[in-house]
Amino acid sequence: MGWRLTLRPYVLIVPALLLTCGILYPFGLGLYYTLFDFSASKPQPDMVRFENYTTVFTQEAFWNSAWVTVLYAVGAALVETVLGVAVALLLHRSSLLGRVLEKILILPLMIAPVIAAIIWKLMLQPSVGVVNYLLRPFGLGGVQWTDTPTGALLSSIAVDVWVYTPFVAILALAGLRSLPTSPFEAAAVDGAGWWYTFRRLTLPMLWPYVLVAVIFRFMDSLKVFDIIYALTEGGPGDSTVVLQIRAYLEAIRFQRYSFGISYTIVLWAVVYLAAMVLVKHLGKIQRRAAEVT
Amino acid sequence: MNTHVHDRRRFLALAAGAAAAPLLTACGAGFGGDDSKSDGSAADDVTGSFDWKREKGTTVKALLNKHPYTDALIADLKSFTAKTGIKVEYDVFPEDNYFDKLTVDLSSGRASYDVFMLGAYMVWQYGPPGWLEDLGPWMRNSSATGAEWDQADFFPNLLQADQWSLKAGAPLGQGGQYALPWGWETNVVAYNTEVFGKLGLKPAETFDELAELAGTIKRKAPGAGFDGMYGIAVRGSRSWATIHPGFMTMYARNGLKDFTVDGGKLAPAMNSPEAVAFTEDWARMVKRGGPPSWTSYTWYQCSSDLGAKKAGMLFDADTAAYFQAVRGASPASGKIAFHPGPKGPDGSLATNMWIWSLGMNAKSEKKSASWLFLQWATGKEHLRKGAIRHNHIDPVRKSVADDAAYKDKMRHLPGFLETFETVVDQTKIQFTPQAQFFDATTSWAAALQEIYGGKGAQSVLDGLADDLAGKVG
Repeated sequence: MGWRLTLRPYVLIVPALLLTCGILYPFGLGLYYTLFDFSASKPQPDMVRFENYTTVFTQEAFWNSAWVTVLYAVGAALVETVLGVAVALLLHRSSLLGRVLEKILILPLMIAPVIAAIIWKLMLQPSVGVVNYLLRPFGLGGVQWTDTPTGALLSSIAVDVWVYTPFVAILALAGLRSLPTSPFEAAAVDGAGWWYTFRRLTLPMLWPYVLVAVIFRFMDSLKVFDIIYALTEGGPGDSTVVLQIRAYLEAIRFQRYSFGISYTIVLWAVVYLAAMVLVKHLGKIQRRAAEVT
Repeated sequence: MNTHVHDRRRFLALAAGAAAAPLLTACGAGFGGDDSKSDGSAADDVTGSFDWKREKGTTVKALLNKHPYTDALIADLKSFTAKTGIKVEYDVFPEDNYFDKLTVDLSSGRASYDVFMLGAYMVWQYGPPGWLEDLGPWMRNSSATGAEWDQADFFPNLLQADQWSLKAGAPLGQGGQYALPWGWETNVVAYNTEVFGKLGLKPAETFDELAELAGTIKRKAPGAGFDGMYGIAVRGSRSWATIHPGFMTMYARNGLKDFTVDGGKLAPAMNSPEAVAFTEDWARMVKRGGPPSWTSYTWYQCSSDLGAKKAGMLFDADTAAYFQAVRGASPASGKIAFHPGPKGPDGSLATNMWIWSLGMNAKSEKKSASWLFLQWATGKEHLRKGAIRHNHIDPVRKSVADDAAYKDKMRHLPGFLETFETVVDQTKIQFTPQAQFFDATTSWAAALQEIYGGKGAQSVLDGLADDLAGKVG
C-alpha cells in the first residue's frame, strides 16, 4: 500500500511528461538541425553553427516577411477585437434575436480557415465573384481585390476577420455574462449614464477577457499560413509572403530543411516574446479589474 | 491571486512554445538521405527469359495525382493484375498537394510508395539526393524488359527529358534514366472559333500580333455578344507553374535562356536586355488582354475560362484546352480550335513541355515488380487503350500518335493534330536543368507579378538574377 502512495505522484505526472516530451523533442531536434546545412541536395550535412540564422537575418526577404507578418497580425487582431467586442455588447441582451444571432455567429468558426479562404477567393474573383456583382450597382464592380499588394493583404486580413471575429465575440460575451451585477446596480442608483458605465465599469472589468482573446488571436495570426496561402499564395510579388509561408517554401518546396526550420525557430521566438509581453499585461489588467469590483 | 496569474502565464508560455511545433515536426525529417550510391543495380539480379508472371503475388504501392491519365490507368489496372498477378494499391491526391506529399515521403527515406507520378522537372530535385531509381539498367536488361516494350517507339525528346547526369547545367539526354514519359503536353494557343469568326480575326503568327489580338478581343468581344470575355488566358499565380507553359514557350521562341552555362557554372540570364524587353511585353499583353485577377490564375482557371467562353484564347498546355473542347465538356466545346501560336523573330516554334512521368522509389523493396508495372503502364497496349478509350493524350509513343483510331478520335478538334505535328519536333524542356528549379521559377513568377503591378522590369529582374546567382552558381 505504501509503495502505491509513493508512486502515485510520479504516475500522475506521466501524461504531462509525455506531452512535454512530445512538444520538446521535435522542437529540440529542429533547433539542432538549424546548426547544419541539411537539404535534399546535401543529405549528409556539415555543421555550420549559426550560419543559417545569419543568412536569415541578412536576407531582405526575411525582413519583408517579418514586416508583412506583423502588419497582418496587428491588423487582424485589432479589427477582430474591436468588432468582436462590439458584437458581444450588441448580443448581451436576453432578447430572442440575440440568442438566435449568437448561434448563427459561430458558423464561420465551424469552417476550416483554408476552406473559408477558398470560398472567399471565389467570391472576390473580379469577373464572376459575387462581391463585385453586389458592388456593381454602386459603380465598384471592377475591383481587383487581390491583384495589388495592399489589396491582397487587406483581403487576407478580411478573411481572417470573417473567420475569427466570432471567436473574440463569444469570449467577450462570456466575459460580459460573468461580470458581477452589483457595481452596475450601484452605478444605476447613482444615475450613471450608459457611456460612463461602459467606460468606468464594463470595459475595465471586461479587459482581462478581451486580452485573452487578443493574445490568442495575435499569436495565431503571427503563425498564419492557410488563409494567405489559399488566397494569394504569398503574391502578388512577395507582398503577402508571411514568415510561415517563407518557412514552408524553404523547407518543403525548395527542400532546404535546415534553413527552413531556422525560419520557424525565429517565428517561434517572435511568438514567444509577444506572448510574454501580452501575458505580463494581462496580469496587470487582471489586478486592475479586481480593484474595480 | 499571484499563483493564479502565474499558472496562466505558464500555460500561455507553453502554448506559445507549442505554437511552432507542428511545422518543426513536419520539417523534422531525420538526416534520412544516403550519399553512398551503389554502382550495382537491382536490375542485374533479374536473369533468365522475360516473364510477366515473374513477380506473381506481389503488391506494388503507387502514389498518383488526380488526373485524366490516372483515371485511364485505374480503369485498366485489372488488365495489369491479370497479366502479371501483381496487385496494385494506390493513393490519389489532388495536384495542389500531390508534390508536397511525394517530396515529404521521398525525403523520409522510407519506401511507402514503390512507384509514383512525377514531372520531368522533379527529376532535377529528386535525382541528386538519390531518391529515384535509375531505370536505365532495367531498360537494358532483356530479362527484365520484354521486347514488346520497344524503347525506340517513344518520342526521343520525351525519353531524353527524363534522363540527366545530375550535374547542374548539364544537358538532358545524358546520364541516368530517372523516370519514364507517360503522358505529356505541348504549350500552344487554343482559341474560341465563334468569337474569332464574329470579329473576323485569325490566329496570331507573331508575338506582337498575339498581344494586339488579346487586346482587341477584350475590347470588342463583350459588345459582340460575348459578355465578360477577355482576350487571352495565361497563368499568373505566384508559383513555378506560371513560368513553364505559355511564358517559357514564347520566351524560348524569342531565343532567350533562363541561365547561361559557362565552365559548369550557371549565370541567370532572365535580366538580359532582350529578356527584360520580352518580359515587359508579356506583362503588357496580360494587362491589355489578360484575365482580371491574373495574379491568382492557375491552369485550372485558364482552362475553365476558355470552356466558359470567358477567354477568347488560351496559351497553355494543349490538354488544358482539350479537356474543355471534347464534346459536352463545356459551353465552348465544339468551338475550340488549336494553333501552334506565334513564331519567334527567326520563325522558331521552340516549345516548352510538361511530361507526366512515372518513376520508381530507389528505396523500394519490390523493384522487380515495380519495373513490371512501369513497363506495362508505359507500354503500347495500355497507352493505346488510354488514348482511344479515355483522355490519355498527348501520346508519348509514336505508334499511338500515328494510330488511325486515335487520329479519328482527335480529328473533330480543329487544328489539334496539325498543331501537334507542327510543334512535336521542336518541343523540349527549354529550362536549364538544375536542382534549384522550383526556387528559381517561383521567384521568377513573383517577379513577373511585380512587373505586372507596375514595378520596373529591369530592376525587378536584376534583383531576381542577383538572388538566383548565389543559389545556383
